[in-house]
Order: sequence, then C-alpha cells, then structure tokens
Amino acid sequence: MKDFEMSSRPEWRSLSDIPMGSSCPSFHITDINAGWRVFKPVVHIEKCIGCYRCYYVCPDGAIHMTSGKKAQMDFDFCKGCGICAHECKPKAIEMIKEEK
Amino acid sequence: MKDFAFLNGNEAIAYGVKLSRPHVIAAYPITPQTKAVEKLSAFVQDGELDCKYMHVESEHSAMACSIGSSSVGARTFTATSSQGLLYMSECLPYASGARLPIVMMNANRSIATPWNIYGDQMDSMHVLNSGWIQLYVEDAQEALDMVIQSFKLAENHEILTPVMINVDGFVLTHTYEKVEIPPQDQVDAFLPEIKAAPHLMSDENKMSMCISAGNQHYMEFKIKQHRDMFKVFDELEKIDADFLKSFGRNYGGAVEGYRNEDAEVLLVTTGSVTGTVRAVVDSMRDEGKKVGVIKLRILRPFPVDEICRNISQARAVGILDKNISFGYEGTVFTNVNSALQQKGLTISTTNFIGGLGGKDITKVNIRNMFENLLSGEGETVQYSNMGCAL
Repeated sequence: MKDFEMSSRPEWRSLSDIPMGSSCPSFHITDINAGWRVFKPVVHIEKCIGCYRCYYVCPDGAIHMTSGKKAQMDFDFCKGCGICAHECKPKAIEMIKEEK
Repeated sequence: MKDFAFLNGNEAIAYGVKLSRPHVIAAYPITPQTKAVEKLSAFVQDGELDCKYMHVESEHSAMACSIGSSSVGARTFTATSSQGLLYMSECLPYASGARLPIVMMNANRSIATPWNIYGDQMDSMHVLNSGWIQLYVEDAQEALDMVIQSFKLAENHEILTPVMINVDGFVLTHTYEKVEIPPQDQVDAFLPEIKAAPHLMSDENKMSMCISAGNQHYMEFKIKQHRDMFKVFDELEKIDADFLKSFGRNYGGAVEGYRNEDAEVLLVTTGSVTGTVRAVVDSMRDEGKKVGVIKLRILRPFPVDEICRNISQARAVGILDKNISFGYEGTVFTNVNSALQQKGLTISTTNFIGGLGGKDITKVNIRNMFENLLSGEGETVQYSNMGCAL
C-alpha cells in the first residue's frame, strides 16, 4: 500500500494526451515492475533535507516528494538499484536486504 | 549596408550559430568539421559569443551534454561528422524521443573501412531512422541560413524535434565562397529567444527524464513523435517565406526545382552536387535538351507530395545517391520510388551511385547520366565514374 498521495494518471484518448517527449512527473507511464529488487532503499525521514537529488537521479521515477518535501519510495516501481542511496549527501537513504 | 565575408562552409556554419545565440555548445572536433568548432570555440573565448562551450571527450558525450542542456531549455548546438556521428548514434534517438530541439551540423563524410576522410553521405544515411530532421545544403550561404532557420523549426512547440544540417565534407566545409552575414538585430527579430517548452524540466517543474514506457505505452509515444514530424513541411515553408521577407533570400521549402517545369528527364540530387548539375543543365538546355534538376533539401521527414508534384511530368528520373545500402541500392532512390508508388505514379527511375569516399562527380559524369536518361538505356542501378570494370 502506498502511504502517500499519487498524482493521477492521465487518460489517453488521443495522441495529444500523450506527454511530449519522455520526461514527465513520476508515476505516469510505466506499469508496476519491481520484481527483481534485492535491496530496498529505506528513507530515514529525519535526515532527509528535501534536496530532490534522489528524485532527479532515480532512473525509474520511483521517488515521490511529499508535500513536506521528504523523499518517499514507490516500491511498485523501485528496482533497488541504489543510486539514490549512493547520491544522497546527508546519507538519509539506506539499502536494506529485502525479506521476501 | 550588407556585410559580406569570404568563408568556407565550416565558418559559415559557425557564423550562423553565433547569430543564433545558443546557450550551450558541446562538440568534439573531427575532420572535416574541425574548423567549425574551432571557430565557435574562438568566438566564445574572445567574448564575441556569450555561451557555455563544453570541451567534451567524445561525440557520445557531446550528444549526452546536448541532451542535458536542451532538457532544461537551453538553446543547444553541436557538430560532428562520419565516425563521430556513428559514435554518438546511441544518443540520437534519446534526443529525438525526448523531443529536444538540438541543432547539429554534420559534415558529410565516408565511413571506414577503408579509412577515408572525404565526402559522401554514408554517415547521415546510417542515422536516417534516428528521429532527427535531416536537411541537406548546397552551398555555404545556405549552410549559414539554415542554422538560423533550423533553430526556429526545431523549437516550434508543435514540432520539438532535433535537426541535423548536412554539409558535404570538403566540397562545402573547406571551399571558400562569398557569404552574406546577416545583421545580428535582424536575426534576433527573426529568431527570438528560445521559449521554454512545456515538457521541459525546471526547478519549479520537476520531472523524471527519459522515463521507461512498457509495451502498453511505448508505441503511442513513438507514433506521436512520427506524426509530429509531418508538421515540418508547412512550418519549413512558412519559415522560409519569412526568411525571404527578413533577409531577401529563400530556398523553396522541402524541394527546389531548377528548369524542371518542361523537363523530359530530371535528376534528383541532395547537397553540393546540385550546383554542378545546374551548370550541366544550363549547357544541355543550350543544346535544346529538355533536362532539369530537383534538389531534395530534406530527407526526414520525406517530402512525398512535394517530390511527386515536381517530377510527375517527367518521362524519366535519375536519382543521384552519394551513398549505398549494401546489398540493395542508394537510399534516396528507395525513398523516391516509394513516394512514386504511394502517389500511383509510374515513371522510369534510374539510380546513379557516385561520389563515394570523395570521388569526383564531374560535369561529364552528370552529362552521361542525363544522356542515359534521355536514351532510356542502361541498368537500373549504375555506378558513376568507376575506375575499373565491374
């Protein structure tokens, strides 16, 4: 269950409804796809400074910024690559082995 | 007071870029494009052009940087040639798929191996399907002018597609001509500052870049991209007409005909060889032979309507290809034949493949092509100016 509000996914009735180019806000396009994750990023909210660095570098647009400007992961899309944790300056993201 | 200079094609491109005031240039030098990026780098160094010049370590990086800067709304230019174009080819569909209005000069040059630095159009044909608009210019003046026109075309919010301006290696890049340099204030009026496209990222408008789209959605993105490309024809014509009003020159949109109205046979050309063909047409017309030339200025999108309208009255049409699709024929030939088929026209067509690796296409060679078309004899695919028997 997602514990944050997702932006609504647009309905495509014609080509004009499709985003121009392949840059768009997260969550709009891909289908749920996260099956190959081994490690998952866990955000230590108290350390997050809302700098958007993880948001920008996430290759899957799987990071959501809450209204309070804290990073939250969408585990329906996160592949567990760890780029966010690697790039996080205040070390607010920890990669933890996932229990199936 | 008009400002003229004695420039080669590379320098003409550099002046066109300077007048277009890009924010970012990211380029790697390669023969025969080197002089263009040298000149641009000098403009920036000397303070004549207020622009970030990124000295990248490869063409792949040049295009990656261009994608980055264009993604946040910067007017972006790059230039390459041959192996460099092939090296950056992985990035080209990223730029077109992301709908980024980058403008690039490609100095047309052969592809190894054998290693060869001279001009043909094998490099740009390699990336014909990369989603980039492909323009081909005939002389240095057109090269300069088309840089200015290309930014306007690419940045149109209905089009948002990158443009590759193809300039024949050496024949254009290294040949000096008298070129008119338009005044900056007139160019500024014609080409205003880039307007941020709605799909671009900014601090206020945060985006995931180059997202995935699965099998449910990918095709719709690609068809949208494809359909938007057809908007180029009208816009190019409009820009060309406006260019005439502002600068007193124009080029005729997608296709330009020369003495073609009553021609029995026509030669379809791209790029610099058109100039030589014009000269041959003039001398053969003096002999009473009804020959003409159709210059294809754009290969993607392919101007089906325009080309068919201009060649439909001819008895036979030759297509001059400075490229070869190994195991088939010249690529322009394939495209023209398909256009004729789409319009239900049955005209005899012949493919003349020539100029590979910088081999001359002489007036005599061109006259032979016309004589061949007039007589209606000869193979469907022929090789011009071969140094040995087949």
